Amino acid sequence: MGLFEKPKSIWSILNSRPITFYTSSFPLEKVGSSFFHGERFTSRPLTGEGAMASHTFLSLLLFYFYTFHLVHPIHCSVGSNAFDTTSAPQEEFSEELLLKPLPDYKVLAHFHFTSTSPPSSSNGQHHHLFPKSIAQLVKKYKIRELELSFTQGRWNYDRWGASDPLSTANGKPPGVELWALFDIPTKEEIDATWRNLTHSLSGLFCASINFLESSTSYSAPLWGFLPNNGDLRYGALPREAVCTENITPWLKLLPCRDKAGIASLLDRPSIYRGHYHSQRLKLRSDGLNGIVIEQTLSVVLQPIDRTSWSMHQLFKKSLMGKCALAKSSKVFLEIERSLVSQNENILELVGEADMVTNDQRDHSTIYQYNVERYSEHEALDIRVNWKKLLQVSFLQTPLHASRFLMGSGNERGSIAISLQSARNSTKGLYDNSKNCFTRVVIFQVVPWYVKVYYHTLRIYVDGAIRDAKDVVEKINVTPSEDKVSPGTLEMMLQFPCGMMSAALTLDFDKGFLHIDEYPPDANQGFDIPSALVSFPDFISRRIYPDSISSPLLQSYKGRNIVKSYTEVLLVPLTTPDFSMPYNVITFTCTVLALYFGSMVNVLRRRVSEEERLAKSKDKRKPGLIPLLISKISNKVRGIKEDSANQSQSSQPILGPKVVFKVVLIALIAVLGHYFFNSS
Amino acid sequence: MEVAEVEAEVEKKATATRSRLIVRLAALLVSYSTLVSVVCCLAGLIALLVLPLLAKNTYISENALLPGSANPVLSYQHVTQANNLILDIMNIADDKEAPDIEIPKLIAKYMEILGAETYHHKFSQPQNQFHPLYFFSTSPNSPPTLANLSYGTSTVGIIRAPRGDGKEAIVLVSPYNTQNAGGIDASASSIGLAFSVFSLLSRATWLAKDIIWVASDSRFGDHTSVSAWLNDYHNPNFIGDASSNRIFKRAGTMACGIVFKVVEKERREKYEDRDVVTMYAEASNGQMPNLDLLNVVHYLAVHRQGIRVRIGMFGGLVKSHLVRVLGEVMQQVGRFARSLNPDWRFEMPSSEYVEGTATLASSIYSQALGVPTGPHGAFRDYQVDAVTLELSPRFSLKNEHTRLAFLLKGGRLIEGTVRSVNNLLEKFHQSFFLYFLTAPNKFVSVGVYMIPFAFLVAPLPIIAASLFNLTSNRNPWRWLHTAKPLLITHTWSVVVTLLPFYISKISDLPSTHCMLTWAGGSLMALVILYIVFGSPYSKHVEWRLLKAVMIASVSIGLCLMSIINFATAQIGALFVVPMCLFALPIRVKTNNSLIRSMVMTCNLVMAVLGFPVTAVALMQGVIKGFGTVSILEFWDSMKFLWGWNSATYLYLVLVHLPCWLLFLHILFHPCR
Repeated sequence: MGLFEKPKSIWSILNSRPITFYTSSFPLEKVGSSFFHGERFTSRPLTGEGAMASHTFLSLLLFYFYTFHLVHPIHCSVGSNAFDTTSAPQEEFSEELLLKPLPDYKVLAHFHFTSTSPPSSSNGQHHHLFPKSIAQLVKKYKIRELELSFTQGRWNYDRWGASDPLSTANGKPPGVELWALFDIPTKEEIDATWRNLTHSLSGLFCASINFLESSTSYSAPLWGFLPNNGDLRYGALPREAVCTENITPWLKLLPCRDKAGIASLLDRPSIYRGHYHSQRLKLRSDGLNGIVIEQTLSVVLQPIDRTSWSMHQLFKKSLMGKCALAKSSKVFLEIERSLVSQNENILELVGEADMVTNDQRDHSTIYQYNVERYSEHEALDIRVNWKKLLQVSFLQTPLHASRFLMGSGNERGSIAISLQSARNSTKGLYDNSKNCFTRVVIFQVVPWYVKVYYHTLRIYVDGAIRDAKDVVEKINVTPSEDKVSPGTLEMMLQFPCGMMSAALTLDFDKGFLHIDEYPPDANQGFDIPSALVSFPDFISRRIYPDSISSPLLQSYKGRNIVKSYTEVLLVPLTTPDFSMPYNVITFTCTVLALYFGSMVNVLRRRVSEEERLAKSKDKRKPGLIPLLISKISNKVRGIKEDSANQSQSSQPILGPKVVFKVVLIALIAVLGHYFFNSS
Repeated sequence: MEVAEVEAEVEKKATATRSRLIVRLAALLVSYSTLVSVVCCLAGLIALLVLPLLAKNTYISENALLPGSANPVLSYQHVTQANNLILDIMNIADDKEAPDIEIPKLIAKYMEILGAETYHHKFSQPQNQFHPLYFFSTSPNSPPTLANLSYGTSTVGIIRAPRGDGKEAIVLVSPYNTQNAGGIDASASSIGLAFSVFSLLSRATWLAKDIIWVASDSRFGDHTSVSAWLNDYHNPNFIGDASSNRIFKRAGTMACGIVFKVVEKERREKYEDRDVVTMYAEASNGQMPNLDLLNVVHYLAVHRQGIRVRIGMFGGLVKSHLVRVLGEVMQQVGRFARSLNPDWRFEMPSSEYVEGTATLASSIYSQALGVPTGPHGAFRDYQVDAVTLELSPRFSLKNEHTRLAFLLKGGRLIEGTVRSVNNLLEKFHQSFFLYFLTAPNKFVSVGVYMIPFAFLVAPLPIIAASLFNLTSNRNPWRWLHTAKPLLITHTWSVVVTLLPFYISKISDLPSTHCMLTWAGGSLMALVILYIVFGSPYSKHVEWRLLKAVMIASVSIGLCLMSIINFATAQIGALFVVPMCLFALPIRVKTNNSLIRSMVMTCNLVMAVLGFPVTAVALMQGVIKGFGTVSILEFWDSMKFLWGWNSATYLYLVLVHLPCWLLFLHILFHPCR
């Protein structure tokens, strides 16, 4: 953990500036490296001589840095290029923003920041633009690929599109989702690394990602999420709330933070007012390209005036020039064909675009604006006016997936996934021939306290129940283990193309948790994370002419599989009455006291002795007073002498004398009370 | 030497008495069983009558609800929009030939303008078939056959919470009826009211839970449409219906259901100075929604909107002289107690006591009946808290101005309630689920209302034990002799329970005939059982033993029923406990002829009144007045009970009826 602690004072300078004068003859390598690993620096004992040497070295270093720190700004202003071009591959940063009007008059703003770090940095462990914390993360945990997303709200697949690359990438489940591919051979090591990774990320992003550490919360899908060799780990926290505390560390990874460039548009109140908010960090690392991070933020905003909006109105800030460190800085406006095809005049753009292109299949038009051209005096402000309001929908997924719970009560229920064909939008993709099949992959992780019986899988196609082996092409089930691991279901299904609707159901029992496993808000219910439904036969890609060089549009070209996340489910479980521990304690204590009392009594008694005693007592003559009492009581009850002797157990212990005494005392007490209160 | 011996003796004696304290206490109780039972029964009755005095004021227990913390923002703009919808519906109802097709379309159109997801839900009249095996399950899972039946169409709209995660939903239900020509005004206003709230919520940024609005077509009754929709929501049927692309959208686990309808009352005898909202909360088998839900509605209605809140009350009891006299007595007792000690403040004005008693009686009766008092009952079957609000305006809805003002008031009430429930992080769990209401803002909690029942039931085991002790046979297994009559009666009661199933299979019988068939069949079954098992009065069956066993079985039955439906057990105990205590054979010889004749008279009266048919008639007579009650309606009322899957039916036939039969057995015991 010390690795990611915030460096302070002199060490911060050490960390953030490239150091070029390391090659002195001192045993620098070791000492130098220990500077960056605070833990080791303190834990490793230095020999006397070494300590002395390091002291003198430190003072030297301080001096050097001090001068360097003063000189550096001047050095930078001369031109960063001159400083960087010493080695061939460079660290690069580019910033982009894509605005897209949505059919329900909302606007999607997609911020896309890319930083790359070459594979073998000439600067060793030091970086110029690239965030150091991420580089260390990748190095330490041997991460090949990682994606972390913080999402609030739901991506509306019906209205905001489902099968274009932007929606496929944007649609994320609510809460936190994290997956990572590791470059580590053994399973145990991967699990251990994953645990460390969750803690590191949770510190980095101020979120409770560390809850993914427990083996009950993450899973290792083989092909349902992403084909891999068992080195993928996937976890989701549907209940994690997303707020500014998560975006601030995310912005810190950018070289200009939110002080300049496109990120300066990120006015917190405006972006958190949106209907959907998804902040992501995606990184890839390999020997060829080095490390690439894509930081994206997608927000769906509702303009105040539905018919006309501008960037300034949306963000309450103006874009005044680019981030000086960015290689490219562009704003795109993407207009879907379906929005403009009917009538060209339906939409009016104010502001002159630098370039206008269509994608290869003519699905959309892209207007490109280069931010470099704008400055404080002339801010970039794209304005869109709708002349007519119309209802259209964007490209849908071939099947609309929704998931829901069936049944009621605290004992059992079923999870159902229903797939409805969106026939009208994908007409071209379908033919009704017998041999045409659509493949659907379902990936679902279920916590252990929802005990799914996988053998109860029932599949209905077009209102008729189908044998599972006719429909299921491939299935991989990892049943849950109580308090150890969640249940994972990966399933590839094959449906005939002409199918209208399908549904699958899985029955489950609700488990019981131990009292200390309940969260503070147990009565809210427990979440089942979103399931992922993907369609491997459908690829979402858009190819733009090569004249546009943009990492964002480049990512559109990839063969992305169309996929959609389903809703998070809320399962009410039985909960103990937390508010009454007192009752429980008193009840149990009473029961225990009664139990022990009678138990001890029974153990202590010697029946034979008592009988003997009773017999000897019978022989003896009873005293005068007891005799009197028994006579009187027998008279009162009207029982004859001999029958009274017969039933000894029914002899009263309260004689009339005692009753009289009690009544007398009570009377005195009442009178006394009355007397004192009245006076 | 001697002194030490004596001391040891005394010590031993002391330990001997101490160790048997519990046994001795029990023996004491048993030996004074008559006194104990009389005292307990009287205490039970008095505790029951005192319940209105013990009622506490309601309070909002869940802090997260925060009712009324935000100002209502429903404005005239929303209401005028809703008014347009109302006018359109009225036009359609007047002009169009098929309003039942046009109105759902119109509602859906209005919902879509707001940006809601909409669909229509079709349902048909359920077959009200009694099936004993599916008694407690709500869905007999018969696939609906829409084709050949007339069906209703409910319109459903869903607003997705802008930043919510879609895990939970609040359901608003507004029933309307197009068939009833006279009530179209009120029906349209119900929809208008819902629409005004819905249009506000479609723009609300504070929503955390999705909103579902069900405009339910209540041509087959309010409950039918809601329960059909809820059944499809929770237990969808995937088989069949391949051709029609049935869309059914959902929105997560339901947090709460609010049913509201506008009812225009005819000019009442009493002048209303305010708009009135009547809350109905009783669901099937005496289940109640969480008290917090009622509290929120009451708080918002009274303290924010100035609407009067009512709950069900038996008007007959308010006028009853007996209750008034009781009220006066209570007032005097309270005053006296207060004069003794100023801290004893249970004085209550007699009028308040009378109203409290009438409300409490209604509350107990509707819970005991086990039949939901409105569409909210359908929600409770799926463990969702729900309440029905019946809003009745002060002025006529024909006038547009008063209608707008009324919609604004009612809309703000519902907006506030939705907002409170929306604030909830967890489901309702903080406040009471088991309670009776004595006023809209007063309740008797479970801890208090169990006291009368406990007093009534407590003497039963004591009496049973003392009777068991008094029998001449000393064999500890002597009670086994009485197992035969017990077995016969209980087998018979099971047969009687199942008979209606077969009778109802014979179609087209008038209810009187059904009743007679049932009675005849039951009698025949009893005779056959006697022939098979032989006479219940064998040599070893003493009447005391028989009575002891009867009391034991009845107390078990009552305690079981008190778990299923407390109110039923409470009312049942009032009938059954005296029967158990007073049962005495006619031929028994006692010394005191006066007491004997009194007991015999009581016995004969109870033999008549304790018969379930007369008992039900008596109950209904007390509640609704005796003019309307007829014994032959018993079949209809039983049909009503099993139509709603009420456990009260089971209680009547499986606990009360055998008790009565055993009572008769004791009454006609030969006493050899």
